[in-house]
Amino acid sequence: MENKGLNKVDLIFEKINPKEVLQKAFNMTSTEIIQDMLDSGLKGRGGAGFPTGLKWKYTAAEKSQDKYIICNADEGEPGTFKDREILDRVSTKVHGGMAIAGKAIGAKMGIVYLRGEYRYMLPKIMIELKDFHKMIHEIGYDFNIEYRMGSGAYICGEESALFESIEGKRGEPRNKPPYPTVSGVFGKPTSINNVETLVTAMMIINHGAKNFIQYGTKDSRGSKVFSVSGDTPTPGIFELELGMTVQQFVNEFGDGDTKAVQVGGASGFCVPRKKFVETIIGFEGVPTGGSMKLFNSSRSMYNVLHNYLDFFAEESCGQCTPCRVGCQQLLKGIEKVKKGEVKSTYLTELTKLADTMKIAAKCGLGQSVGNAFKSIVGNFREEIIY
Amino acid sequence: MIKLTINNQNISVEPGTTVLEAARKLKINIPTLCNHDDLCVAGNCRVCVVEQTGARTLIAACAMPVSEGMDIHTNTLKVRNARRHIVELLLTEHRADCTKCYKNQNCELQSLANEFAFGDTIFLDLVEDHDYAIDSSSPSFIKDDSKCIRCQRCVRTCEELQYISAIAVANKGAHQKISSFHNRPMSHVVCTNCGQCVNRCPTGALVEKTAIDQVWDAIYDPEKHVVVQTAPAVRIALGEDLGYEPGERVTGKMVNALKQLGFDSVLDTDFTADLTIMEEGTELLTRLKKALVDGDKKISLPMFTSCSPGWIKFIEHKYPEYLPNLSTCKSPQQMFGALAKTFYAQKRNLDPSKIVSVSIMPCTAKKFEADRPEMRASGYKDVDYVLTTRELAVMIKQAGIDFMNLEEAKYDSIMGDSTGAGVIFGATGGVMEAALRTAYEIVTGREVPFKNLNITPVRGMDGVKEATVKIEGCLEEWKFLEGAELKVAIAHGLVNANEIMRQIKNGTGNYHFVEIMACPGGCLGGGGQPIPTNAAIRKNRMKAIYSEDEHMVLRKSHQNPEIIAIYKDFLGKPNSKVSHELLHTHYVERDHF
Repeated sequence: MENKGLNKVDLIFEKINPKEVLQKAFNMTSTEIIQDMLDSGLKGRGGAGFPTGLKWKYTAAEKSQDKYIICNADEGEPGTFKDREILDRVSTKVHGGMAIAGKAIGAKMGIVYLRGEYRYMLPKIMIELKDFHKMIHEIGYDFNIEYRMGSGAYICGEESALFESIEGKRGEPRNKPPYPTVSGVFGKPTSINNVETLVTAMMIINHGAKNFIQYGTKDSRGSKVFSVSGDTPTPGIFELELGMTVQQFVNEFGDGDTKAVQVGGASGFCVPRKKFVETIIGFEGVPTGGSMKLFNSSRSMYNVLHNYLDFFAEESCGQCTPCRVGCQQLLKGIEKVKKGEVKSTYLTELTKLADTMKIAAKCGLGQSVGNAFKSIVGNFREEIIY
Repeated sequence: MIKLTINNQNISVEPGTTVLEAARKLKINIPTLCNHDDLCVAGNCRVCVVEQTGARTLIAACAMPVSEGMDIHTNTLKVRNARRHIVELLLTEHRADCTKCYKNQNCELQSLANEFAFGDTIFLDLVEDHDYAIDSSSPSFIKDDSKCIRCQRCVRTCEELQYISAIAVANKGAHQKISSFHNRPMSHVVCTNCGQCVNRCPTGALVEKTAIDQVWDAIYDPEKHVVVQTAPAVRIALGEDLGYEPGERVTGKMVNALKQLGFDSVLDTDFTADLTIMEEGTELLTRLKKALVDGDKKISLPMFTSCSPGWIKFIEHKYPEYLPNLSTCKSPQQMFGALAKTFYAQKRNLDPSKIVSVSIMPCTAKKFEADRPEMRASGYKDVDYVLTTRELAVMIKQAGIDFMNLEEAKYDSIMGDSTGAGVIFGATGGVMEAALRTAYEIVTGREVPFKNLNITPVRGMDGVKEATVKIEGCLEEWKFLEGAELKVAIAHGLVNANEIMRQIKNGTGNYHFVEIMACPGGCLGGGGQPIPTNAAIRKNRMKAIYSEDEHMVLRKSHQNPEIIAIYKDFLGKPNSKVSHELLHTHYVERDHF
């Protein structure tokens, strides 16, 4: 497997002249922009990793008077705080990415769905947004961005629940199909992209797809902003080239006693020490929306898992059976195992349940609960039981 | 057409068809729970998951539209395991005291459990972890959260069919529940008590508040004279709970069964349906005269029917400014109750305080209506107990009556005679048709100009129906109506009622007379009718209603000999002082929240 080592990159926060980049983009055709995205191999930075070029291509292909580009800034994955930093430092690049996406798909309207806890950032962003609107109107491009606030529900980061929330309804995921590219917010074709994806898209326009693919691996092009937390002497935001191993990451950020890294937050995977060397951080190994949480040997992995399951039992929207009841069962199940009230073999039943949740839950939330559960129970079974 | 295979069988279906519908065409049964034919797709219980070759996850058959070349398998090991898990999970949140449950043997979760989750339970019981509430504040139904499986059929029913949203989803995750506005008791929110949610609840989470025990007590009380009235729509649906297919007319057997249960007198709401036509028809003609001839600006038109207590509560909550437009006539149930303890008591020489008046209704809102403080004109509670069609079926089973082999019997007298006009009250458009049959004849001296008296434009299942009747050749007294075009409209289901109200309010709906029934199909689709319900079942019941009408000798309310007699002996004439005291009522404005 391709291994690029650990390399710090400065793309997301790089100083650019946004007006120039936007001018360049607006002189391109929709097809050219989309082709650039396809050539760059850019995959969504929110965690799911859907190819951005394809998403834009599908939305562009829909015939509709009204289309929307939505920026998903409902950053709610435990241990992720990169979108906050990006919006704080380079909101114009986020807005620029939206305008470029708008040009690509034929949308005149953009909505940023901002995590409720980030409301404090709004006054500053509003000033920057005003300048941005002024700038694109000077260029002669018709595009308008609005902000909508979340109210603290994790599930509203799921794209279709996010649409429901914007529409003023209860944040519950929809059935798919239809996919957002066909029927998204207000029933209109919608491209919904993560904050970082939009900035990356702008940088691809700036540097060209050819230069972008110098970074990263075949399956994971480019760089990525990581939110590093947990047992580390250097917590914070770091932009790194994709394609490093967990070992290389731990060498840089660990405290010398790292026993596990939770990659991708509560819905991601737990990588134990014995698999550090063989595990690539990226879509060929463990994908991540940016959350990297390090645990040293003083941590109980039972507590870690309990914390995640408690979170999911609380943050499931509750509409589908596998997720609503499954989360409660997994949580209560490990509690009973720990207390010795059920046999330790009950963990096998719970693992089967996690498998069912993965294939039968309605949305990505319920489908990914099993990731943390299986990787922690699978690697730290004795810590769960004793 | 889209080609796909299901369990290796080829099929072509229209685009937009779901996998579930395609499978049904192949006679492949995929179990469902949250899915209901009357409601939009939810896809939240996940019981209907099936395997699609090449897909990362299982798919919900109810929510997945077919696509070209799809290869579906409904019965793989993966599917069976997932289904078993899902049913097991539902059971862990559900208080499964099945043997004592009102819905025992008529519970969709129970059936699924029998199929998929028998034997040892896999998972931990979660009932104790939830703080489940039982809300029995409504006089019509009980909401028991410990039986709720969060399928949201009730939520969708209340929103899509009834435009009320009295119940909605609250909280998230483990705390998610079906709740009301600000979690207030159901008696204190905008709920019409229509019971459509009860009709669609797959478990025992929503059931009518039964009066079975009270009725048995009254029957066994030697001091009491227990009269029972049966609503028009009961006779064409009761059979469904007792072994018949939908659409079977069981009037005679029902009457016999009621006699065997021990009621002292088995009478017919159809009699007071006929009486309603006399009172309401006269009220309409009077309003028209006052508005057209006297130019009285205070007269409110259109006039709305007032037979459906769900509709009454709807307008009291949502359009109180239109309360003067409601006919002041009580519903047939309440007219009957008021007469039972006055006219009937006199005629039969009975002490009204010893009379217990019971009604069998296709309706849960009737329980609320009987409890209204306005409904004591006789000096007593006019109707003491209301039983739904379903509760009557329970009593018949409890009494060990072999219903299917029962002889037919006739209603007792007095207040047991009726016409075909009375029986069609049970279908949407029926009150309108019955009113037109009589009013037209009063005004012109001739029968309505429709073949066999069947006023087909007001019949059928369209949500909103409109018709215009031209009045020609009026009798001297009604000359002012000569050449007039009487505009009428009919709506059933409160979402359609709301549509008509919206049109009237914005001036696009100009009518003289509007019939509104709260439930889909009218009373035949009422919240107290046998479960399940769907469009096909309601259609069969409607056919039975009109067939019942056609089999009657008399088909116009004013021909009913007992109606003629009651006006002669007791009421005087329609809208007389006595009528107004006993048969008419008033309405109250209610909160919007």
